[in-house]
Amino acid sequence: MSEAVAIFLDGSIYAAWLFLVAVGLTLVYGVMKIVNVAHGATYTVGAYAAVSLCGAWAAGGGNEWGIYLPLVLAAPVVGLILGPILERLFLRPLRDEEETVLMLVTYALFLILEDSVKFIWGVDPYFLSEPYLLPGGIDIFDLTYPVYNFGMLIAATVVGVGLAWFLSKSKSGRIVRAVIHDREVAMAMGANVDRIYLAVFSFGCALAALGGALTAPTVSVIPSMGVEVIVLAFAVVVIGGMGSIIGALLGALLVGFVRAMAVHLLPEAELFIIYLVMATVLLVRPSGLFAPAEARKI
Amino acid sequence: MKSFSLRALAIAVSATLAAVAPATQAAESVKIGVVTFLSGPAAGPFGVPARNAAEILIEGLNAGKVPGPHATKGFGGAPIQMVLVDEFGSTTTQVSEYRNLVQRQNVDIVVGYISSGNCLAIAPVAEELKKLTVIFDCGTPRLLEENAYKYVFRTNSHSGMDSIAAALYVASTKPGTKSYAGINQNYAWGQDCWSDFEGTMKAKLPAATVTTSQMPKLFAGQYGTEISALLAAKPDVIHSSFWDGDLEALILQAAPRGLFKKSVVILTAGETAIHKLGNAIPDGTVIGARGPHSVFAPDTEINRWFQQTYRDRYNTPPNYASYHMVQAILGAKTAYEKAKAAAGGADPTQEQIIAAFEGLTYESASGKVEMRNSKGHQAIQETAYGTTKMVKGQLTVTNVKRYPADMVNPPEGVKSADWIASGFKR
Repeated sequence: MSEAVAIFLDGSIYAAWLFLVAVGLTLVYGVMKIVNVAHGATYTVGAYAAVSLCGAWAAGGGNEWGIYLPLVLAAPVVGLILGPILERLFLRPLRDEEETVLMLVTYALFLILEDSVKFIWGVDPYFLSEPYLLPGGIDIFDLTYPVYNFGMLIAATVVGVGLAWFLSKSKSGRIVRAVIHDREVAMAMGANVDRIYLAVFSFGCALAALGGALTAPTVSVIPSMGVEVIVLAFAVVVIGGMGSIIGALLGALLVGFVRAMAVHLLPEAELFIIYLVMATVLLVRPSGLFAPAEARKI
Repeated sequence: MKSFSLRALAIAVSATLAAVAPATQAAESVKIGVVTFLSGPAAGPFGVPARNAAEILIEGLNAGKVPGPHATKGFGGAPIQMVLVDEFGSTTTQVSEYRNLVQRQNVDIVVGYISSGNCLAIAPVAEELKKLTVIFDCGTPRLLEENAYKYVFRTNSHSGMDSIAAALYVASTKPGTKSYAGINQNYAWGQDCWSDFEGTMKAKLPAATVTTSQMPKLFAGQYGTEISALLAAKPDVIHSSFWDGDLEALILQAAPRGLFKKSVVILTAGETAIHKLGNAIPDGTVIGARGPHSVFAPDTEINRWFQQTYRDRYNTPPNYASYHMVQAILGAKTAYEKAKAAAGGADPTQEQIIAAFEGLTYESASGKVEMRNSKGHQAIQETAYGTTKMVKGQLTVTNVKRYPADMVNPPEGVKSADWIASGFKR
């Protein structure tokens, strides 16, 4: 019983983290058809921004519990600064290039951002464990779980539900969906695609930064922390279907639970189990579980 | 003012060199290629501290300020010139960089390599190019246990020693251990370390059983699920050879969940974390430093000089990677000077340096180093483990146990895995 509960909790917490780091990637691909490799570096920048903002908060004598404010604030700060710079300077001029060219451009941006991080913050690690330790732990069936991990679950739920509501209910969200479905027709109907691309890319950056900022208290913040994350995020997005928000959610849940089962029941299989799931899904559905339908063009 | 000072310094250095020159036969400089991670994940914990150590040691040697048995300036009077190369990148890149160092930069000696993958790839190239190469940190036993090289030396003990000593520490301090578990990175280093630890535990505490062996991906970063599995397994002892960000993330994520209270956690490369995480490491954690380095280093003149100079320059204590670098450069220096003495004071040839290096015994900042295994090309050394304890807000290491080199290193000609399997027969 306790093992089943542990698998459920560990799987859910890991899935929440995966969803947070993958959802921005799938959103940007869905709207802009860009496989954004720089997502991993933006995640890293988010973690460093959180370190700097929380450090400034503590140095300024801010309230102990108020530290979660600068932690979360790192996401919009990075999104608003980095998003427009990357989109306007590098991606917009190359928008009509092939997807592979754009992917290489974002790979170059990944390397530039990683080196920029070293230039600004250096190579020595930073630690930001206060937000992780502050709320303490909770005992569930003999196992202690940090309350912070349940905060990650709440954050992922808020992001998922908020994004679903925005895309399905709001006017702007409907326009974004129209662009996802068919960019040219949406433009013909009056959608300002330039503005939508800018907003979506910046929002994608903010989501990556949120993932990094919320992860920062649990790890040592180092320049290369985004490398492994981008690989995992791709696995999740490919399983769910590139460009699908619900796909990213189900991909994260699938990977989270399968991995938790492997760790608890068959640790030897942990390393390859995620990729086994990915390979199996792609064998059955080559476009992933929830790839959005393509409009047929004549 | 600045240019005046620099000019004055240049004149002073020239005058000093001119004064020394007649006594040391107008020695040409010895060019050393130093290869270490300057970027990438291994730069922070290992590469940069090793680079820092090389920098201050070479400066100290050139100025004749290193005390103790290494007081001679440079290498036998010849000033040392350092050419620094980043180890980050693929092994193919490293092989190209190595060729560049040897064939274009014309270095006399190469000192380098932290990554086991890189040292395994470089060794055959060193043989091909016939260049004396001193490996300073890489841990894989395979380097010199499975190959016989003429030009390749390793001045640190391999990873077998770390794992064997870790199990001996458990056997002596926790003889009632009934169960143990592991969490190690899923690649050669993690697998080898776990396998040697498990083998030694079977020999020393045969009644103890393995509850779980977790092998997460290298640089995974998130260990919540593995920590749950370890907590659920309730082992008496947990072994981990984690390093860098993975090690720090494990400590940060596991300590608040009580893992370090419920089990004795032994971190074989834990010394690099104590300088950075400090009081985040719970009391009772067993720490290793891959040899008698850093907190385990002896109180000698040369170690005091190294500690002080390093702290003064970098505002942090040197870690074990720094000590490994010092050990490598001092090994090459001792061999060079022994060869020079044998050659009647003439600059020694590479062949003469190699002959002097084989089987050499010398003092480093970490104590005695014996180039005794693999036909005199592989160093053996004592090692130590200790337990963390917070004293007045400062992390200290108590209950330190030292293991003589012969107790934790295989005899000449025997592979460490075979030695463990034989029950440590000599």
